[in-house]
Amino acid sequence: MTYELNRRGFLRAGVAAGVAAATGTGMTPAFAAPKMGGTLRMGIAGANTSDSWDGRTHSDSFMIMMGHGTVFDCLTEVGADGKLKGELAESWEPSADAKTWTFNLRKGVTFHNGKPFNADDVIASLNLHTAEDAKSAAKPIVSSIAEMKKMNDHQIQLVLSAGNADFPFLLSDYHILMHPADAIEESIAKGIGTGGYMVENHDPGVRTIVKKYDNHYKTDACFFDSIEQIAINDSSARMNALMTGQVDAINRVDFKTEVLMKRNPNINIFEVTGNQHFTFPMLTGVEPYNSLEVRQALKLAFNRQELVDKILQGHGAIANDHPIGPANQYYHKDLAQTEYDPEKAKALLKKAGMEGLSVDLSAANAAFPGAVDAGQLLQASAKAAGIEIKLTQEPDDGYWSNVWLKKPWCACYWSGRATEDWMFSTAYESGVPWNDTGWENVRFQELLLLGRAELDTGKRESIYHEMQAICSAEGGTVVPMYANYVDAHSKKLANSGTIGNAWQMDGSRIAERWWFS
Amino acid sequence: MRSVSAIILQRLGLGALTLVVVSLVIFCAVEMLPGDFAEAILGQGATPESVAAIREQLGLDKPVVQRYFSWLTSALQGDFGVSFARLNFATNFGTSTNTHQITVADQLAPRFMNTLFLAAVAACIAVPVSLAIGILAALYRNSIFDRVANVFTLTSISSPEFFVAYILILFLAVLNPLLPSLSNIYETMDFAERLKATLLPALVLTLVVTAHMMRMTRAAIINLLASPYIEMARLKGLSPLRVILFHALPNALAPIINVIALNLAYLVTGVVIVEVVFVYPGVGQLFVDSVKIRDMPLVQACCLIFAAAYVLLNLLADIMSIISNPRLRHPK
Repeated sequence: MTYELNRRGFLRAGVAAGVAAATGTGMTPAFAAPKMGGTLRMGIAGANTSDSWDGRTHSDSFMIMMGHGTVFDCLTEVGADGKLKGELAESWEPSADAKTWTFNLRKGVTFHNGKPFNADDVIASLNLHTAEDAKSAAKPIVSSIAEMKKMNDHQIQLVLSAGNADFPFLLSDYHILMHPADAIEESIAKGIGTGGYMVENHDPGVRTIVKKYDNHYKTDACFFDSIEQIAINDSSARMNALMTGQVDAINRVDFKTEVLMKRNPNINIFEVTGNQHFTFPMLTGVEPYNSLEVRQALKLAFNRQELVDKILQGHGAIANDHPIGPANQYYHKDLAQTEYDPEKAKALLKKAGMEGLSVDLSAANAAFPGAVDAGQLLQASAKAAGIEIKLTQEPDDGYWSNVWLKKPWCACYWSGRATEDWMFSTAYESGVPWNDTGWENVRFQELLLLGRAELDTGKRESIYHEMQAICSAEGGTVVPMYANYVDAHSKKLANSGTIGNAWQMDGSRIAERWWFS
Repeated sequence: MRSVSAIILQRLGLGALTLVVVSLVIFCAVEMLPGDFAEAILGQGATPESVAAIREQLGLDKPVVQRYFSWLTSALQGDFGVSFARLNFATNFGTSTNTHQITVADQLAPRFMNTLFLAAVAACIAVPVSLAIGILAALYRNSIFDRVANVFTLTSISSPEFFVAYILILFLAVLNPLLPSLSNIYETMDFAERLKATLLPALVLTLVVTAHMMRMTRAAIINLLASPYIEMARLKGLSPLRVILFHALPNALAPIINVIALNLAYLVTGVVIVEVVFVYPGVGQLFVDSVKIRDMPLVQACCLIFAAAYVLLNLLADIMSIISNPRLRHPK
């Protein structure tokens, strides 16, 4: 797979490849007009007995899918084509400094309990995340909101503490769901939103059933009569459920048995390369990772294609030591790729007086599936560069608390973010808690602030391209690969032909966008 | 009859003590696992502040001994508390909600009923089948039938449960779509649907427990066949089947009942893997889910259910074998 294509073309190509591989006959017949009706049954991994309708706590696929796009809506939405569009907000307008944003809200929208949606609901819902003691996972995203003003029932103005050109993008985040202002607790307890489907039964960690909400405002979405989403965390059980026709779609196809699934003529496997990437962060404040040459030598010691082939079984793409992926707007596809080059790595180490470098790497499969195997492959490929890697297999439990951010070099994963600024300011900005390398770069930091307040697309592109280049050349993280989202569905299901790559399962919006053919 | 009631009382007391010990062992075991609820639920997003906040709200910052005894005190009063997940959810509102708080007991009850249903279906198949095979194997011992039955049941008990489960899924769900591979039963299902959905996991459990019961039946009967009174019955000219059913079996009941009770207990407690493989919403799956997020109140309650099942069924086995044995019923 190459990156010569543009982003949309890339996605189509990916989907077509999946279809072709599954059928052996090339593209399925043209995508017909959507048809109403039917019960969509899905077997979804990533469910917990702690699952609730509180968007602030959503972190795994089961509730991400059931939350935004099914039962609830956000103000904005990332479309299947990767472009931002309005969901509960119809349109928006920034001030010249990107500090004040005016949102025009959709009219005639009602919650499942009949209450009309208006500006008060937006303010109350945003308050859930911005409040002083809020424990929301989206707090860092919306903490820049300094003031919320209700202009009229269907218009609000949000004043930010600093300019942010991506602000409407941030509001598409799956945590920031819109609740009815006068019944927030009830809404969270029972799942009362504005989405195309109403909750009928929610048994945490077991299954959730929703049925179509007749008064929904979207006319070109939500085609199913009802949806049954079953929690199947065991991957063999999930694959079996689809093979035996007990569910119509599953997420997270098991690469080990994917070949067997492809043989089934009734099943399509669909995959997209999004922003999900696997990383190996080094603490740049610790010897020997404080040396730029050492960091560069280690980056050269990764045989990226081998990792993609063996760890991801080909379901991914090589990455270039920065966290911006093909699903981002300003992905720098022409940036020179760091290749496996043991000789150059050796030369760099010699220059730094670090020949015969020996480093420790901590890994566990909690970081990403296959992280320990990846560490062993790396051990072998780094040997050619004269680098000895001592691999420590850490326990899965408590990995994020005891190893990540603590051990000088470890394995990690990021699901990526919809915007460059969001990704960089989550894990690469100087001093933020999740900067997992402690890396600080003056020019990078300067560009970050510049890009955030810049509204001009051309200028933003050059800013973000430069940032990706700096990160790739000097950053403290090795990002060897992007991991595809690989899902599967029965051929009874149809879609528009463009599959979103913001999340798995068509941007987690399969409930809205797909139908039975 | 004084002895039987005395035994029951004594055993119940010992059983209660066992449960307390079990709860202590489980508490320590989960405590020794790396990570706690706060770290597990926050995952990669675990900043020291948020971990500390959740720990404080749930009382996880208190010393281990104090936490165990406060749990024990309320458990002794029949209050198993609220799961960490629910408690954490409730505290997210800032204010305490007036709505009814879902307790561990509320969460466990429907799951336990499901597990009992699965165990009952499995027992209804396994017990008659293994008794019948055991009796027939004793009757035609050392024949081809006896050997095949032995080899087959031993093979199925020796294979890991998940393997037996996948084999059955392959043959009965994938290659010949007779039964569903997904056993996600729910409340509104009618009995027939529920039975159909439960059949595959029940068959797996049957295969796993049959060997034990069948071999004990066979051995107990064969053991008796050498005794003088059986020889007498044979000399009277009775048919071999009649000898076994009416003369040997009643005397062999005590060990057989013991084995059956032990296996019934296994049907309740051994379902963890089977439930996960078949996505069956029983206690086993809930147990796995709650261990994963270190949800101590739920883990403890699940373990107590498992332990109680063993204690009670063992007690039942002893009582049954006393009642079935006149010598034990009327001690000198």
